[in-house]
Amino acid sequence: MLEIFENLGKSTFGSLAKLGRAVFFLLYTLNGIGVVLLRPGLLLRQMYSVGVLSFLIISISGLFVGMVLGLQGYYILTDFGAAESLGVMVAASLVRELGPVVSAILFAGRAGSALTAEIGLMKATEQLSGMEMMAVDPIKRIISPRFLAGFISMPLLAALFSAIGVMGGHMVGVTMLGVDDGAFWSQMQATIDFHEDIINGVIKSVVFGFVVSWISLFEGYDAVPTSEGVSRATTRTVVNSAFSILGLDFILTALMFGDI
Amino acid sequence: MQHSRTQDILVGFFVACGIVSLFYLALQVSNLGNYDAGDSFTISARFQNSGSLKVKSPVSVAGVRIGRVSAITLDRESLESLVEMRIDAKYNNLPDDSGASIYTAGLLGEKYVSIDPGPGLSGKFLRDKSRITNVSSAIVLEEMIGKFFLNKTAGN
Repeated sequence: MLEIFENLGKSTFGSLAKLGRAVFFLLYTLNGIGVVLLRPGLLLRQMYSVGVLSFLIISISGLFVGMVLGLQGYYILTDFGAAESLGVMVAASLVRELGPVVSAILFAGRAGSALTAEIGLMKATEQLSGMEMMAVDPIKRIISPRFLAGFISMPLLAALFSAIGVMGGHMVGVTMLGVDDGAFWSQMQATIDFHEDIINGVIKSVVFGFVVSWISLFEGYDAVPTSEGVSRATTRTVVNSAFSILGLDFILTALMFGDI
Repeated sequence: MQHSRTQDILVGFFVACGIVSLFYLALQVSNLGNYDAGDSFTISARFQNSGSLKVKSPVSVAGVRIGRVSAITLDRESLESLVEMRIDAKYNNLPDDSGASIYTAGLLGEKYVSIDPGPGLSGKFLRDKSRITNVSSAIVLEEMIGKFFLNKTAGN
């Protein structure tokens, strides 16, 4: 009986200590961003591995998500004789929710897990300690450029996802199912507000980019330096990122669109 | 760790694509494209019932949008709906005896305010803070259906 409480207490202290390490890690990382800006080559290299390599999966997923929205939306809306509202439905769901959320989850799976594995392996093979031995700060040299690259790439990827999704919806709705082209765009433009919908969607993706980069880099840096530890850290990155994205999405939506 | 020229190009391409997507969303998907930052003036009209008219609903003359509804409040004295509209400054030649009505785009579409230009007997135009007095309220579908059935049963 007492053991249950002992374990509970231990795990509570364990997670609190981890949270504390994560906060300090974030502060050090942010502190190193100034140095990164002085050496844009480091950032560019990471933008390539984080952003450019995620480009394809994000575009293709965006296209298919938009096409499915067009198809499903068409079947539901024709029941009400409102097939012309298809543009509004596709654009609103993409820009407000699916664009930021789905691209952030894909980003966590594609780029976040790679970051964790890379950092974790660097730690396991003592490359990070080696750098410290050479008086190179591994946080400034390794972590901060990756963090900044993720932070910049995420909003761009989310915008790309939404834009390609709208095109996919247009392709299915207008080209294949014969919704009126003019009504598709004009109803969309009349309903989607730049500040309320687009800017809020961008804010969401910025927050997700921050959180996913933070989680994946921290999990890698905090990994147990064995092959098992790295594999567990990679799993935790994907799981924790997905949880945080979906939870934060609810909070942000409630703040932006609700009157809470 | 030296980055190559291909990487530079690909990163540049990626960033450009992201920014183009943002502009595409702003201009093609949202209403930013038809925002007019120019001057405008505010006119108002009191309707008995403004139905489901919303802030930002279009205000049009002869089917051309000339402004948007900026506020809808309840007038405390007359208990009528006070609708304020922002009209683009370039449409400053609407006669002050023009009428305003609330119509629906299509059977179930959104409500909009239509301004019907009057004969302009006084020779004056609608200015900032003018009030349109010649109004007709929103047509509420439920009321119409109710009346229709009432007439039908009375007729039989």
